[in-house]
Amino acid sequence: MYEMIYRRLQNKIILLTLLVSFTPLLILGVTMYYQFMRSSRANTESQIKYRAYARAEALNRFLKERTAILGAMADTHNISEISDETRLARIFEIMNARCGAFVDLGVIDDQGRHIAYVGPYDLKGRNYFDQPWFAEVVSKGAYMSDVYMGYRKMPHFIIAVRRHENWKPWILRATIDPEILNEIVRSAQIGKTGDAYIINRNGVYETQPRFDGRILFESDLDPNLFGGQVDVVELKDKNGRPVLCAGSWLKNNKWLLVIEQDPAELMEELFAVRYTEILIISIGLMAIILTTIFTTRITVKHLKESDKKMVEMNAKLVQSDKMAAIGKMAAGVAHEINNPLAVILQKTGWIEDLLEEEEFQESENFKEFRLSVLKIEEHVERARKVVHNMLGFARKMEPRLEDVDINETLNQTIDMVENYARINNIQIQVDFTKDLPIIASDQAQLQQVFLNLINNAIDAIGKDGLIEITTDCNDTEIYINFKDDGSGIAEDVQNKIFDPFYTTKVTGKGIGLGLWVIYNIINKMGGSIKVQSVMGHGAKFIVTIPVVKPEKK
Amino acid sequence: MYYLRILVVDDEVDFLDTLMNRLQLRQIKATGVASGEKALEIMRQKRFDAVILDVKMPGGMDGIETLRAMKKIQPLTEIILLTGYASKETSVEGMELGAFDYVLKPIKLDELLIKIGEALEAKSAHDDKLRKGDIKKLIRFPDNIYTQGKDEQE
Repeated sequence: MYEMIYRRLQNKIILLTLLVSFTPLLILGVTMYYQFMRSSRANTESQIKYRAYARAEALNRFLKERTAILGAMADTHNISEISDETRLARIFEIMNARCGAFVDLGVIDDQGRHIAYVGPYDLKGRNYFDQPWFAEVVSKGAYMSDVYMGYRKMPHFIIAVRRHENWKPWILRATIDPEILNEIVRSAQIGKTGDAYIINRNGVYETQPRFDGRILFESDLDPNLFGGQVDVVELKDKNGRPVLCAGSWLKNNKWLLVIEQDPAELMEELFAVRYTEILIISIGLMAIILTTIFTTRITVKHLKESDKKMVEMNAKLVQSDKMAAIGKMAAGVAHEINNPLAVILQKTGWIEDLLEEEEFQESENFKEFRLSVLKIEEHVERARKVVHNMLGFARKMEPRLEDVDINETLNQTIDMVENYARINNIQIQVDFTKDLPIIASDQAQLQQVFLNLINNAIDAIGKDGLIEITTDCNDTEIYINFKDDGSGIAEDVQNKIFDPFYTTKVTGKGIGLGLWVIYNIINKMGGSIKVQSVMGHGAKFIVTIPVVKPEKK
Repeated sequence: MYYLRILVVDDEVDFLDTLMNRLQLRQIKATGVASGEKALEIMRQKRFDAVILDVKMPGGMDGIETLRAMKKIQPLTEIILLTGYASKETSVEGMELGAFDYVLKPIKLDELLIKIGEALEAKSAHDDKLRKGDIKKLIRFPDNIYTQGKDEQE
């Protein structure tokens, strides 16, 4: 039952400690994680936002440069010069040398006729009059197309500038290698999942996206989601995974550069942090659990031990209190009995004295008188012995201190009873610890103690048995154990056996003072005596004597 | 012949009377009193060689107190304590106060007589020493001894 109280206490302490230490740790961990995630998310957003902005800038600059050089060429030549194809080829060369990325160059007159052409395709003589861009470039002066297939069946886009000469417009038109767009855009495709592409106002791909979709096909993205300069929108892809999209308008808000990024990928480092954090917290929790359980166990163990010691000490105190009270009472009783006994003895002595006189000698019952008186004296003596035994020591009150070798004393005592034991087929087995310290004690009293204990053991066995006597010691105490395989002592009387007049022996065989006297002698020496027994399985008496070093002579 | 004079102090009158009778029968001069006060009173008047003193006498002066007073009146008288139980306190205290020895009740008269004999022997040895000492002192300091010796004779 006590075991359960300690277990419950232990569990309570462990639970409370764990709760108190876990809660802040977990709160800290979770808070840190979310804080980190939020800042990481903001970081990611601004990162792709910046990327979209930078790429869009680069593209814009690229387009503006192309338009500017085309415009410059148109402005510096008249139509007759530029229609000369060798001249045009030279211009084309210069433009490509200075700027690059031009695929071909052509001159278109006011009727939409392609009057001069330099480039890999056979486009000379084609008429663009009906093309919608022709009207636009004539009216607006400059034009940049979306990417389209056109006559050459290759995705491309053109830049065209218009010049008036003699009130007639002519147009210098160049095709831009769309690969250059792809290249610039591709450099923004980061990581394993990052995508970058351009769509026009209608959501048609202007460049080849990295994953789904094809150039010139409609994309799933609604370009109207993006206004302003650079916006970041979180969308779901087909698989329902979140995708961060940064969009930046370019080319006079006709194209939209989109940079897509799976936030999870950019947050991979966050996940690494998360695992590290989980690992650290787990290790911390483990350490806390182990330490808590360990320390709590130790604490409860100590508590248990000290409780046990206290209970033992209390029991000892109660016992010695009881013994002291009994001792006092016994002394009083002894006095009260001894006084009348003294009177009786004097009276019988007086009768004896008188019986010595002549006239009584002849009395017929003289012998009877005498015998009676002797009997009375005998019984007075018997009563006197009881009282004196009860007080323990008839004459010598103070233990006489001498150098005592416990093992030697035990051997001498065993010699005294060995014959008697052998007759009853009781074996006395000894196992002494060698080199027990020699102590200052009263050998005669110790012998009385040992003799009483061995006699009790013999009585408990009766016939055929074994008595084991062992000694042991540490720095401060010597232990002497008397173990027999006799009938044992019932648990409920174990605390009574040291009381005076407690006996289990047949009336007349013992008066129940032996153990009481032993208790008093050992107690006076500063030692203790304990009994361990299970009914039917013998008994073990443990005598503890303090090591008192003899004074050096 | 040197007369033995013995004083018995015991509040148990039955014990005291019987003991008196038996001592008388043995030609021993003994006086019996039943209390410490009476014992002291008689000791102021008569010299005793030995006193047998009961340690525990409820109702009057107890044995140890009486012993202390007796030693003041007659320091050389040997006192045997008679006790119903040998309590450490009384016996040790008694011995420290100069009692010759103590015996436990009940005691047979023969044993008591032996103890008295021992006490007297000790006393006579003691007296002898004193006498010899007196003679020595008498030789050395004739004046001083006279007064001391006179006290003792009284």
